[in-house]
Amino acid sequence: MRSNPPLARDPAQEQASPLLKLAALAGLLFLHLPILIIFLYAFNTEETSFTFPPPGLTTRWLGEAFGRSDLWDALGLSLRVAFLATALALILGSLAAAAVYRSTFFGRDAISFLLVLPLALPGIVTGIALRSAIGMLHIPFSFFTIILGHATFCVVVVYNNVLARFRRMGGSLIEASMDLGADGFQTFRHIILPNIATALLAGGILAFALSFDEVIVTTFTAGQQETLPIWIFSQLTRPRERPVTNVVAMLVMAITFVPILIAHRLTQEK
Amino acid sequence: MPNANPPAIRFVDVKRFFGDVHAVDGVSLDIQDGEFFTMLGPSGSGKTTCLRLIAGFERPNAGQILLHGQDVSNLPPYERDVNTVFQDYALFPHMTVGDNIAYGLMIRKVAAEERRQRVEAMLEMVRLPGIANRKPSQLSGGQRQRVALARALINQPRVLLLDEPLGALDLKLRQQMQIELKTIQKRVGITFIFVTHDQEEALTMSDRIAVFNQGKIEQIGTPAEVYEHPATAFVAGFVGVSNLIQGEAARKITGSEAVFSIRPEKIHLAEPETPVPANSFGADGRIREVIYLGINTRYVVELDGGGELMVIQQNLNATSMDVLAARGQRVRLVWDCSHIRALGSAEAGKN
Amino acid sequence: MLRRISTALYLRSWLLLLILLGPPLIWMTVIYLGSLFTLLINSFFHLDEFTGQVVRGFTLQNYFDLFAPANLDIFGRTAGMAAAVTLADTLIAFPLAYYMARFASQRVKSTLYLLVMIPLWSSYLVRVYAWRLILAKEGILSWLFEHLGLGFVLDGLLSLPAIGGPSLAISAIGMFLVFCYVWLPYMILPIQTALERVPRSLLEASADLGARPGYTFRRVILPLAFPGVVAGSIFTFSLTLGDFIIPASMGNSSYFIGQAVISIQGTSGNIPLAAAFTVGPIVIMIVYLLLAKRLGAFDAL
Repeated sequence: MRSNPPLARDPAQEQASPLLKLAALAGLLFLHLPILIIFLYAFNTEETSFTFPPPGLTTRWLGEAFGRSDLWDALGLSLRVAFLATALALILGSLAAAAVYRSTFFGRDAISFLLVLPLALPGIVTGIALRSAIGMLHIPFSFFTIILGHATFCVVVVYNNVLARFRRMGGSLIEASMDLGADGFQTFRHIILPNIATALLAGGILAFALSFDEVIVTTFTAGQQETLPIWIFSQLTRPRERPVTNVVAMLVMAITFVPILIAHRLTQEK
Repeated sequence: MPNANPPAIRFVDVKRFFGDVHAVDGVSLDIQDGEFFTMLGPSGSGKTTCLRLIAGFERPNAGQILLHGQDVSNLPPYERDVNTVFQDYALFPHMTVGDNIAYGLMIRKVAAEERRQRVEAMLEMVRLPGIANRKPSQLSGGQRQRVALARALINQPRVLLLDEPLGALDLKLRQQMQIELKTIQKRVGITFIFVTHDQEEALTMSDRIAVFNQGKIEQIGTPAEVYEHPATAFVAGFVGVSNLIQGEAARKITGSEAVFSIRPEKIHLAEPETPVPANSFGADGRIREVIYLGINTRYVVELDGGGELMVIQQNLNATSMDVLAARGQRVRLVWDCSHIRALGSAEAGKN
Repeated sequence: MLRRISTALYLRSWLLLLILLGPPLIWMTVIYLGSLFTLLINSFFHLDEFTGQVVRGFTLQNYFDLFAPANLDIFGRTAGMAAAVTLADTLIAFPLAYYMARFASQRVKSTLYLLVMIPLWSSYLVRVYAWRLILAKEGILSWLFEHLGLGFVLDGLLSLPAIGGPSLAISAIGMFLVFCYVWLPYMILPIQTALERVPRSLLEASADLGARPGYTFRRVILPLAFPGVVAGSIFTFSLTLGDFIIPASMGNSSYFIGQAVISIQGTSGNIPLAAAFTVGPIVIMIVYLLLAKRLGAFDAL
């Protein structure tokens, strides 16, 4: 709307009141300070307590954490689950986005609703629903049942990203390609894929992050397996390994930070 | 006219529906090789749909479409020897200008060196030398339009389709591009099919014009035919200014109540008591409105016998002060009998 | 050849649609809707006390059991917490969202947006864990209170019935803080989106007609931001309703819905009862979603 600029600031206009700035800053700090605390505690010398200020700083817990085989197993499982779930979500999400974009069909809006439902309904609903269904079919809970659950709620993340990119791309590019002699497959390879590549990447990264961190549905769909979040959760309820947990927490935060940044950049408007 | 070769394009009673909407409602036409053929009409008249039917982006619900004698109903766009210049240019944003233009050649596996040479030749032809390495986002609207043209022409199609390609350009650029397109078409010698809603553009560039209205063709003819001899009131109104007189008002002037139209530039403004020459019609009235347009002036004249006529006169000697003073004065309109057109359709035309 | 396949698909666009839509649709319908359906069915079965097996006969017993006082307690406790968290998050989120929408320049806004997104996408568990560190008896918050001489305030809070506890880390107050923290980004973003859509001309018109900034805020901006608030509240409410992690890490013995569901299906294998329990939040959320739709929240998503 040219004549109705949005609420954003006109440089000539008023500045925010200092009170507002303070309140906004407070909110922002509230969001981020706890994360910084983690980093502090990962280097705490004191083994059993959470005392503040920490009596001393050491890097010895890093070494211990790296020596723990159960930790590596949990990490490995989480990574494998995330990779497979993301791969599935990429395929299913892109297919759904392509279908919704190119055709209008009966129930089209329902598809978007259906895909978002696993994320919109509370995790325990998805979790226990899957558990009861899997149990009813007497399927053993395993690596594959975990992936079943993860892929289901990761699809919508890819779907949204790819669909938004399709819409920005516009249909005339595909028509132009075909007009110039390229069939469907060639058009996909030369035109469609390059244009949605970054959306796929962003969606994939976000799906990976979602799966890597998920604990609620995983609790319901896992057998004896322990993913990293499940490991952390067990530490939350029966804390035995505080210093190592601190290290793990810090590393997880640090590792997920970079991909989020990348995904954000990829989805920026040019 | 007898012609041994099949026409470049032939439509046989083609229909295309979208649900209840009859976008194309029984269209038949022939387009000859080497013609600059324009499909003219308002939005929603079916002209763009017809273009898309030729390109292959739509398939007809009924009727036949033949390209050089071959039925193409089941041919996808990439199998047709037709290329399109899109309204939004549709340049591939992730490729350079050079790669965009060479796209069709690349698909057909033409060697890289030959591609490069042909791209350069193309860029010369559309008068954009040396920009092969730029990206589309770095180009202006006019430049993009020419790149789109180059991209289509490099494949040497037998027919080129242009979907309102000049719509986004400003007036001066548009007029310049009209001349350039016409020049290129003469040089390359292939059939151009041009879609537009701008009747001036159609008159400027075309060998023949098809006037579309609500999914049907109202008239096909050369620009002169369509302008001087409109077949229906719609054509009279859409191409040029519509001056329609019918009923009682018509009877007072021509002696018949049938609808007739007269082009505004064919009417002379004369003093109120001027004698009407033989083979001419006359009508008295009062100048209701004067619109000064620089090159010419439009007068809206209220006729004593009923109705209104618009008259256009070049400002050869008069200044704006002079012409504007004419408002409210009484005047006698005179025109040659041969210049009026009786019309088939009784509906009032639209401007 | 590939080209022939492409042409065949081009001419039969319904086939292409089937290929594209089929796999995701089948997956979601069979796996997800199918599971939800079995959940619903299960809620009508019951667990035989003696054999410990699920008996597949229709009964409404589970739903009657939901109304037992202990269970109603659980629902009430969870819903109450969800409401409190929603309210608090609205208050905390609003200034930041308002600043982002109204006063931040393009660059600052982009950075702020990123800063809000990062906690959202980084590990939920780690963030909960961080608060355990902060709230622990020897942790930062206690230390802060002590140093400011406000130790007695903390003790007073903790001795309050129902919401107090042995330490902040094991109390309803603590849970409340953590809930507010983890869902905060979900509230900031929709509010910011809604506020961004308020055309500046409305504010100018209001000022032009003589309203002072406070009045304009109350009568023009707030009502237009409301759908965003409702949209955000969907998340905060729904997420709190179903969560068991935070109550498990920080709660005492009184259960929240999530924990109840886990324990019911885990220890006693009473899936039917757990299913019925879960239907509770589903129903609550559906009602909430319908209400929110009325209030225009879906446009702000």
